[in-house]
Amino acid sequence: MADLHFLANPARYRRFSQRVLPGLSIATVLMLAVGLYLALIQSPPDYQQGDTVRIMFVHVPSAWLGMAGYALLAGLGASLLVWRHPLAALMARAAAPVGASFTAICLLTGALWGRPMWGAYWVWDARLTSMLLLFFLYLGHIALSRAYDEPERGDRAAAILALIGVINLPIIKFSVDWWNTLHQPASVARLGGPSIHPSILLPLLWMAVTMFLLFVLLVMLRTDTEIDRRRLDNAEAQA
Amino acid sequence: MSGFAALVGRDLRLVWRRPGDVAVVLAFFVVATTLFPLGIGPEANVLARIAAGVLWCAALFSALLSLDRLFAADFEDGTLDLLLLAPWPLELAALAKCCAHWIVTGLPLAALAPVLGVAFGLGPEVLQALAVTLLVGTPTLSLIGGLAAALTLGARKSGALLALLALPLCVPTLIFGAGAIEALATGGDFGAHLAVLAALALVALATTPWAIAAALRQAGE
Amino acid sequence: MIERLSFGLATGEVLALVGRNGSGKTTLLRALALLVRPEAGAIRWQGVDVTADPETWRGRLAWLGHLEGLKGDLSVAENLRVAERLRGDASPDIGRVEAALAAFDLLGLADRPVRTLSAGQRRRAALTRVVLADAAVWLLDEPLNALDGPAQVAFRVALANHLAGGGLAIAATHADLGVAGGRTLELGRAG
Repeated sequence: MADLHFLANPARYRRFSQRVLPGLSIATVLMLAVGLYLALIQSPPDYQQGDTVRIMFVHVPSAWLGMAGYALLAGLGASLLVWRHPLAALMARAAAPVGASFTAICLLTGALWGRPMWGAYWVWDARLTSMLLLFFLYLGHIALSRAYDEPERGDRAAAILALIGVINLPIIKFSVDWWNTLHQPASVARLGGPSIHPSILLPLLWMAVTMFLLFVLLVMLRTDTEIDRRRLDNAEAQA
Repeated sequence: MSGFAALVGRDLRLVWRRPGDVAVVLAFFVVATTLFPLGIGPEANVLARIAAGVLWCAALFSALLSLDRLFAADFEDGTLDLLLLAPWPLELAALAKCCAHWIVTGLPLAALAPVLGVAFGLGPEVLQALAVTLLVGTPTLSLIGGLAAALTLGARKSGALLALLALPLCVPTLIFGAGAIEALATGGDFGAHLAVLAALALVALATTPWAIAAALRQAGE
Repeated sequence: MIERLSFGLATGEVLALVGRNGSGKTTLLRALALLVRPEAGAIRWQGVDVTADPETWRGRLAWLGHLEGLKGDLSVAENLRVAERLRGDASPDIGRVEAALAAFDLLGLADRPVRTLSAGQRRRAALTRVVLADAAVWLLDEPLNALDGPAQVAFRVALANHLAGGGLAIAATHADLGVAGGRTLELGRAG
C-alpha cells in the first residue's frame, strides 16, 4: 500500500484517474462483450442445471466483489483513521454503494437461480444468508456516512464501522454456517458448488476479471464525482 | 480504577433517580413478547418451539431500544467532554458506560425472560438455560449497541440508524443464544453453544471499547 | 480555520482570547485540550510536546466548556464528587469542597438537583468544579457568562488565587476578565 500513498492527495489522484479512465473504460467494454459471448453462447449448458448455470457467471463474481468491496471499505477506513488520507474518505463514500450493488446483484441472481433449482426464490441457504447480512452491513455504512450534517464526521464514523464490520464478517459467516447446518439437512443443490467443470471455468474467470474492472471503473468514476461534490460544498460554505 | 467505578456508579445512580426509563424497556420486552402468541396462536407445542427465538429477539430489540441515550445525554450536557478529558484511557470509560447499561438492562432482561418463558410452556430446565444464555449473551449486545450509539452520536435520525448498525453485528450472538436452548431441547451440546456465546462476548470486549473510544473522540471534535 | 498562531504563557499568567463569534476561540481551547486534532502545529508544556503523553496533559487541565458538564439529576455535591473521582482523585477533601462551595455561595444549594438551579447557579457549580480540580492549567470558555455581580467577584478571586499559586489560565471571553497581569490575544485578525 505504501506505494499508493501518492494517491492520497485528491488533486494528484485526479490527474492519475484522467490518465487511466479512458483506457479502463474501453477495456471493460471489450472484456464485457467477449465475456458475455463466452458465458451466454460459447459455453455448454450444464447437464444438471441446463442454461440456468449461466447465472453463475454473474452471480459468483458479484459475490466475490461484494466481499472484496467490504474489505476495501475497511482498508480505506484504516487509511482515513490512521493516516487521515482525505481521498480515502471520498473513495469509501464512492465504493460503498458499488459494493452494495454487487452484493444486491449476487442476491438477485441467487434468487433467479433458486426459482428453477430449489422451486423458491429464497431459501435460507448459508451463503445467501451471509450475503444478505453483508448487504445489511453495507446499508449501515452508507446510511451512517450520510447521516451527519458535516460529511467529515460521517466519513470517520463509517470508517470505524467498516473496521469493526470486517472483524465481525468471518464471525457472522461462521455463525450462519453453523445455524444452517443445525436447522437444515443440506440435501439441496448448493449455489456455486465446489466442483467446477473446466468448460465453465474459463468464462467464469473471464467474467470475474471483467466485473473486477467494472468495479474499479465505477469506484473511480464515483470518486471523481465525490471529489467534485466535496469541493463544491466547501466552496459554498466559504461563499 | 477509581474513575471506572465512579462512572459506573454515576450511571447507576442516574438510573436510580429515574427508574421509569428502565421500567419502560422492560415493559416493552413483556409487551413485545406477548404479541407473538397473539399473532401466531395459542397452540402450546408451536409456542414452546419458537419461545427461545422470540425471547432472544425481543431481548435484543429491548436492549437496543434503551441504547440511543447511552452517550447522547452525556454529549448534550457536556459531561462527555469531562470523560474525554479524564486522565485515564477513554476505552475504560466506554467499557464503564456499557457495563452500567448491562447492569440496568441485560441483568433484568435475563431475570425476566424465564418468567415470560413460563407463558410459552417451557420446562424448568429450559427456563434456566434461557436465563443463563441471556446472562452470557447480553454483555455482547450492550457492547455492540454501545458502539452503534457512539457512532450515531449527533447524527440525524439516530434511533433507527443505531438499530440498522447494531442488528447485523448481533446476529452471531442471537444464533448461538437461541441455538443453545434449541440444542438443549433436541439433545445437542448446550455447553458448546454457551462457550461460543462467551467467546463472542470476549471478542466484543476486546474490540468494541477501542472503537467506541475512537467514535467518541471524533464526536467531540 | 485558525492559522499562523503562536503564544507562550509563564506560570501565573492568564491569557484572554477575544474575537468575534466564529473567530475560533472555542476551537482553539478545544485544540489546547486535545479534543480537536489540529492539522498542523504543536502544544508544548515546559518544552515537551503534550501529545507525547496526552493523559498526563489532561491531568493538568481543568475544563469549563460552554456546556457546564453537570448532570441535572444529580445534586451539586454529587456532581462535584463524581467529577473529582473521574479525574482520578478517589477521596476529595470535604473541607476543600465546602470552602470552594462557600466561595461561590453554593453551600445552601449543595444538595439540590442541578436541574432545579438557574443558569447562573449552574455556572457557579461548574466553576467550583474547576477550582476543585486543582489543575495547573485552566481552560475556560466564557467563564463570566450568566454570572451576576457577586459571582463575578468570586470568580476573579478564585482566578487570582489560582494564578498566585503558580497556575495559568486561558479563557475565551467577551467581557473583561478583570485580573491584573492578564494578556490578551485577539483572534480573527492578521498578525
